[in-house]
Amino acid sequence: MSTTKYQPLLSASGVRKVYSKGEVKLPVLKGVDFNVAPGELVSIVGQSGSGKSTLLHLLGTLDRPDGGEIYFEGNRIDNLAAAGRDILRNRHIGLIFQFYHLLPELTTIENVLAPVMIRHSVLSYWAKRREYQERAKALLETVGLGHRLNHKPRELSGGEMQRTAIARALISEPQLLLADEPTGNLDRQTGDEILEVLRRLNAEQNLTIVMVTHDPNIAAGADRTVHLAEGRVQAASQAAA
Amino acid sequence: MYKLLLCWRYLRTRYIALASIISVTLGVATMIVVNSVMDGFAHEMQGRMNDVLSDVIITSRSLEGMANPEWHMAEIRKVAGDDVVGMTPTAQVPAALAYYFRGQYFTRQVTVIGIDPETYSSVSKFGYYLQHPENREHLDFQLKEDGYDVMDHQAEDMRKVKPREQMKQAGWKHRRANAEFEKRIAVQPPIQTAAQENAAATDDSPFATAPAPVQETFDPATEQHAGTVLGIGLCSHRTADGTDVFQLLPGDDVEIHFPSCGRPPEFRSSKLTVTDFYESKMAQYDMQYMFIPLDKFQEMRGMIDPQSGIRFVNAIQIKLAEGADLNAVRDKLREHFQLHLYDVSTWRDMEGPLLAAVQTETLVLNVLLFLIIAVAGFGILAIFFMIVVEKTRDIGILKSLGASSEGVMGIFLTYGFSLGIVGAGLGIVGGLLFVKYINEIADLLGRATGTPVFDPAVYYLYKIPTIVEPFTVGWIAIGAMLIAVLASVLPAIRAAKMHPVQALRFE
Repeated sequence: MSTTKYQPLLSASGVRKVYSKGEVKLPVLKGVDFNVAPGELVSIVGQSGSGKSTLLHLLGTLDRPDGGEIYFEGNRIDNLAAAGRDILRNRHIGLIFQFYHLLPELTTIENVLAPVMIRHSVLSYWAKRREYQERAKALLETVGLGHRLNHKPRELSGGEMQRTAIARALISEPQLLLADEPTGNLDRQTGDEILEVLRRLNAEQNLTIVMVTHDPNIAAGADRTVHLAEGRVQAASQAAA
Repeated sequence: MYKLLLCWRYLRTRYIALASIISVTLGVATMIVVNSVMDGFAHEMQGRMNDVLSDVIITSRSLEGMANPEWHMAEIRKVAGDDVVGMTPTAQVPAALAYYFRGQYFTRQVTVIGIDPETYSSVSKFGYYLQHPENREHLDFQLKEDGYDVMDHQAEDMRKVKPREQMKQAGWKHRRANAEFEKRIAVQPPIQTAAQENAAATDDSPFATAPAPVQETFDPATEQHAGTVLGIGLCSHRTADGTDVFQLLPGDDVEIHFPSCGRPPEFRSSKLTVTDFYESKMAQYDMQYMFIPLDKFQEMRGMIDPQSGIRFVNAIQIKLAEGADLNAVRDKLREHFQLHLYDVSTWRDMEGPLLAAVQTETLVLNVLLFLIIAVAGFGILAIFFMIVVEKTRDIGILKSLGASSEGVMGIFLTYGFSLGIVGAGLGIVGGLLFVKYINEIADLLGRATGTPVFDPAVYYLYKIPTIVEPFTVGWIAIGAMLIAVLASVLPAIRAAKMHPVQALRFE
C-alpha cells in the first residue's frame, strides 16, 4: 500500500447507530473508525449481533448513522439527501447480499440490467439497450453464467443466484462493492467459488471490495480483516499489501 | 424503464390482481350496454316524436283557430327564411269516436286532426306510418279495393312479424260484404194493407197527401263517407302472443261527435269511413289521433267565414332544414307573433317532461353504475395492499439498487393504471360486442328461458335499438382508469415509504 498522498476510497469516523425499541435504546455501533483504500479487499468479521451488517448498510447509504461521518472518495455521504444517496447506490456502490435479493419476476439478464433500467427513462434506455445488453452478457460470462441468461431466479441454484447478484452489482461499473455475507447461504465449495470470483474481480479490475462475513475461512481470503466487537473495531490484522 | 417492465411482469404473473379488475370490466361493460340501449331507445323515441310532431309548431291558443293560414305562413317564411323547408296548416279538436262492434256501441276519446294531404307529409313522416302502399305514396282519403299491409312494413326482420290476417279483408271487399249482410238482416218496412190505405185516404189529415218519406239514397256497398285515417290503437288490441286483433277495418264506418266553432259551441256529429290506419308505434299517438282532410274538417266545425270565405286553422307545423337551430327559429317566431294569441314550441318543448324524465333516468343509472366501478376500486385497493406486502422485499431490492421512493410509488401507480387500462379495455370490448349482438343475445335468452326477453308485443319495436356514443364510451373508460389509479395511490405511498433495510429483512 502506498503511503504517499493516501486518500481512502471509503472512510468512516465515529459512526454510531442506535436501534430503539420503544423505551429501550440498543446501541449497535458505538463509534466505528474505519478506512478502505482503493483496490483493497477488506473483510469485516464479528459475531452475530456485532453490528457488521448495520455498518455495511451505513456504508452503502441504505441507512443513516445516528452520529459520526462517512466519506466516499473524499465526499461526505452520510448526510446526503435521498436523491443523492439513490444515485450513489445506483452508480457508484454495488451491493450484494446473503439472500441474493434478485427480483423473482425478472430473468437473469433483466436482473443484471435492473440498475441501468432504474437509471434511464424508457427512451434513453431503448436507445442504448444493445450496448447494455452486451455488457450484461459479458458480465454474466465473467461470473460464469453466460449460459443462463433467460432463466428466472427460482430456476437457479444458490451459487448461480449470487453470481447473478454480483453481475448486477457491477453493471454500473462501481468503484466499490459491498458484500453482506455473500457466502452465508452457500455450501463450502460454492462459497469458495464465489469468493474466487470476488478475488478475481479485485485483482483483475482493481475493484475495491468490503465484505462482511462470520466465516473466518472466507475472511482469510481478504487482504485485510477488520474485527468488530461490541460496536467497535477491535484490532486490524494487517495482511500482505 | 424498470417500472414498465415490472408492471408488465406483475400483470402477467399476479392473477389475483386481474381478478380484482373483473368488477371494473363488468362495470364498464354494463355502463356501455346500458347507455347504448338507453340512447337507442331515447333516439328511437325522439325520432318518432319528431317525425310525428314536425320541428316547430305554432298553435293558436284558442280552439277557434287562427284566420288565414296563407298569411301566417308568409309571415313565418319572412321571419325564419331559408330554414323553412316545409309548412302545413292543421286543425284539431277533441272529439268522441263512436263505432258499432258486435251489437254494441263503443265510444272513445280522440283528437281529430284536419290535415292537408298535399303538404302534411312534407313536415313529418306521416305517410310512412300508413298501411296501404298507395296511401304511403299519396294520401287521398279514398277507400282502396284491397291490398292493405298484412305484414308490418316497418319491420326490418319479417320473421318476427305476426301477420295481421284480418287486414286481408280490408277495403271495398270488406265494405261490400258488410253492406250485403246489413241488407239481409234489415227489417223490411211493413206492407200497408188496402184497408189502412183507405183509412188514411178518408182521414183529413194534411199528412195524408204528403209525399212518401225520402228514401235513404246512400248505398254503403258502393259509396263511402268522408275518409278518415284512424290511429291503429283506437280500434285494435294486441294479444299476449303479439297478434293484433282489429275491431274495425278500413271500410267500416265510424261516427264522431265534436264541438263546433262559435259561441256557445254546438254539438255536431259526422259519419266517416275508415280508409287507413296510422301506426307511429308511439302508443300515446296511435291511441289518440285520427286524421281527416283539412277542408272537410273546416266545413264540419264551421271554420270558414261565411262572408269572406277565409278559412281558419289551429296550428301551422314547420319543418326546418337539416341542422337548423330549432330553438333559435322558435325564439325568432316568438318575438314575431303575439304570445297571448299563439304558442310557439319545438317538438322537444312539447315532449319536454318525457324527454327530461328519460334524461334523469339515464343520469341516475349512470351514477349508480359508476358507484359499482367505485366499489371495484376498493377491491383493487385491498388487493394492492396485499401485493405491496408480498412485494416488500422487491421494494427493498429496488431501493438498494438506487430506485427512488417516487420511482417505487410510480411502479404501483403505473400498475394500477395498467390494470385500469386492461379492465376498461376488456370492458369496452365486451360491452361493444354485447351491444352489437344484443338482439341475438336477447333471442337466445328468450329461447333458453321460454319467455321472450324483448317482446315486440310490448314495445312495438322489433329489435332493441342501440346507439354507441364514442364520447360516452371514452368518458366511462377514463373514469374507470381514474378509479383504478386512485385506488392504487394509498398502497403506492405505503410502498414508497418503506425503509430499504427493513424491507430487505422482510421474510
